[in-house]
Amino acid sequence: MKRVLPFVIVVALAFVPLLDRNASHISAYADTGGLVLLAFGLNIIVGYTGLLALGFAAFFAIGAYTYAFLASPQFGIHLNFWPMILVSAAVAALFGLVLGAPTLRLRGDYLAIVTLGFGEIVPQVLQNLDKWTGGPDGIAGIDQPRLFGFGFGFNPVPYYYLYMAIILVSLWLLNNLRHSRIGRSWMAIREDELAAAHMGINTTTAKLAAFSLGAAFAGVAGVLFAAKLSTVSPSGFDFNTSVMILAALVLGGMGNLPGVITGATIIGLLNFLILPQATNWVQTLGQQLHLASLAGIDLNQYRFLLYGIILVTVMLFRPEGLIPSATRRAELHAEEQSGAPAQAGA
Amino acid sequence: MAEIHQFFQQLINGIALGGMYALIALGYTMVYGIVELINFAHGDVYTLGSYFSLSILALIPLSRYTGGWQLWLIAACVIILAAFLCGIVGVLIERLAYRRLRNAPRLAPLITAIGVSLILENLMQIWKGTSEVPFPQFLPRGLGQPDNVFVIAGVGIHERALIVVVVSILAMLVLNLLVFHTKLGTAMRATAQDRDAAQLMGIDINATIAWTFFIGAALAGVAGFISGIYYGTTFFLNGYQAGLKAFTAAVLGGIGNITGAMLGGFLIGIVEAMTSQYISDQWTSVVVFSILILILVFRPSGLLGEQVPEKV
Repeated sequence: MKRVLPFVIVVALAFVPLLDRNASHISAYADTGGLVLLAFGLNIIVGYTGLLALGFAAFFAIGAYTYAFLASPQFGIHLNFWPMILVSAAVAALFGLVLGAPTLRLRGDYLAIVTLGFGEIVPQVLQNLDKWTGGPDGIAGIDQPRLFGFGFGFNPVPYYYLYMAIILVSLWLLNNLRHSRIGRSWMAIREDELAAAHMGINTTTAKLAAFSLGAAFAGVAGVLFAAKLSTVSPSGFDFNTSVMILAALVLGGMGNLPGVITGATIIGLLNFLILPQATNWVQTLGQQLHLASLAGIDLNQYRFLLYGIILVTVMLFRPEGLIPSATRRAELHAEEQSGAPAQAGA
Repeated sequence: MAEIHQFFQQLINGIALGGMYALIALGYTMVYGIVELINFAHGDVYTLGSYFSLSILALIPLSRYTGGWQLWLIAACVIILAAFLCGIVGVLIERLAYRRLRNAPRLAPLITAIGVSLILENLMQIWKGTSEVPFPQFLPRGLGQPDNVFVIAGVGIHERALIVVVVSILAMLVLNLLVFHTKLGTAMRATAQDRDAAQLMGIDINATIAWTFFIGAALAGVAGFISGIYYGTTFFLNGYQAGLKAFTAAVLGGIGNITGAMLGGFLIGIVEAMTSQYISDQWTSVVVFSILILILVFRPSGLLGEQVPEKV
């Protein structure tokens, strides 16, 4: 059953655009795919390596703007979409290295704040350098991908399949990576950095690898985001986006791929589909019942209240998330299991 | 001459701004010193301070009081009440969101702290809406000076800047007394140094930590009130950026160090005012956060802090 289930899910997902003909739904599913990719990236940093990075959306922005600079009328450069996926990933990874190299030796919570500061700086710089970046309006008319003469345009269906394909490739990659030498050293660092270092793991290299690889995933997500929307602006990459990715990770289960996918899917659907839909329903209901209070309601404003509640309740009552990995659960509950003797010992 | 006056003008603005940052930074630094947690929700408690002040002021028929001293008295009462309410919120946050996770991996309380921050922001959004809220400018104007501006040696000082500086320095003096000359302050410093040893000496750790949160949040509440007076408006998201800048101040001064937080607050305020004068308004946050990153990279112990080795 455990081996069959993923195939069943993939096949079922492949049929979704044939069954659901509503373009806005497919678009929401595709955006959810983007969130899954971002969560994969953050999972390498937070879930595997145990480093809290709070300004993750900055790497997303770097990926998106890299593509926007090199494939739009902004500078008159029009490079092909497909190789640009890798180029943007590399650029984001490079920024990950540049930020990580001096900061990764900091203690965990300091690192969180440094990345948060970086996450504030990047959108601000993109907004201020308006000569190149188009300022708050951003860059429009970004090239959209073509495959064998077929232009993707604004049709969400090909993007949906593209996200699915990239997610599948990433899953294969991450699954192998997790059990590789570097993957095991990430988890050793997460569990006890000092012990890991004493076992001969070069913690700096391993952390840098996690940082740049995580950033690379955000870079890929950025290219796809920019191409699908055909426009980018700094406001899409603020702290809120970072929080959304973190909430997806925390809800699903840090460090476990099925959990990450589940969390990102729930948050993504909530964000892109359910809340806008529910707002519509409530407003229509309000208009029919002539209730101004219902007709004027916008449930979308409350999504960050929801994410906040998710972050707090999950961390307090089920820190391993909905679908945890066995090791992570054991780590997070070590206190309770060994609680009594440890207390006596201390 | 005008150049120099401009410089001093900005210096005073920076000091006023810095007073607010310093008050917020104190809360970060005290909480960090005692439980090693970056209380991410602290910036929002600051906004909450101005929201509480607004609601309290709305209950008072201000137009009935015309005498200057009555209004000053009202202001003092509002500050104390708002600070008290913020303190309660701070204690509640610690009790509900952080205490359970005191011995969990560092990541866990930091994540709940972000969650609490989001919850507070959204509750404030529901409370007073998504746009900027005007803050009543009820204090007697000018103290007899024209245009509310005192001119000292050719440099004009706004009354509101003066109020901010005076109130923040008063609050810091009270804090200093509390931390260095009372039993509670001794307990706080002992707990920060070594929680287990302090417990063995008969200090009630939970109560001491709760008091630390109360005092930190109350100072943020004071900052919230004076920010309302200074800017004339308040906004539910103000606390996010202000909190981050105040945290920068705490780190600049050396986190865990109370004098350092005050120094850092004033320095960051001055840097921000000078940046907006000599570079551009839109670059202030970039400059401040770059300072944050640079300090953390090159001198993580800050200006006055001591190098703390990672505890094993």
